[in-house]
Amino acid sequence: MTVALVALIGLLAGVLAGVFGVGGGILFVPALALGLGLTQLHAEAASLLAILPTAVVGSWRQQRYGNIDLRAALIVGIAAIGGVQGGVILAVSLPESLLRRLFGALLLLTAVHVGWRARHGS
Amino acid sequence: MVVLKLVLIGVLAGFFGALFGVGGGVVLVPLLVVAAGLDQRRASATSLAAILIASIAGVATYALHGQVKPGAAAIVGVPAVLGVLIGTALQQRVPFRRLSYGFAVLLAVVGARLVA
Repeated sequence: MTVALVALIGLLAGVLAGVFGVGGGILFVPALALGLGLTQLHAEAASLLAILPTAVVGSWRQQRYGNIDLRAALIVGIAAIGGVQGGVILAVSLPESLLRRLFGALLLLTAVHVGWRARHGS
Repeated sequence: MVVLKLVLIGVLAGFFGALFGVGGGVVLVPLLVVAAGLDQRRASATSLAAILIASIAGVATYALHGQVKPGAAAIVGVPAVLGVLIGTALQQRVPFRRLSYGFAVLLAVVGARLVA
């Protein structure tokens, strides 16, 4: 039952990502942590894997529409690999409770961002 | 100098994306608009492709640390593919502003629960 509910949240996260362009990951992580009882670290790692199929499908469609600046995407993506190393090292070394609180703060900031964007219309 | 900006944006997005297990589109899209001069639509599409590369790197790095649970990922990741197709189709037809406030409240409630 819980698994079905978490899968439903996954579906909803996808719908919201499609509508707002704000990622599924931000909802995958709490669904996995609060719904399935994963640790914050396991939820984050699984979330990155869960993002992949959506990103593949989305990129493929956008590529067909000719919307991707391929050069910019490659430069940003390849540079990101360096940043990723730092992010993972920090995540695995932080205490679990602190990582979870920081993620909660990220959600609150994103809430403000989404609300602000709606108010100022873009 | 645009190349240097793109490199910095990439490093920053990769760091925060991996630290929090999210794609990082929230920061990536506005940075691509402001720093690289892409329009909103191209920025969203380009950010998606960059996130794909960054997320593969993130999964590989977490896997080296023995932290990836593929079964759990599939439970949310597979339905999300269907969801994103629905969401993209709905995008032009929904009352964007009212929905945004609902989404913001949802994020705030979950965020408050995790912070507390």
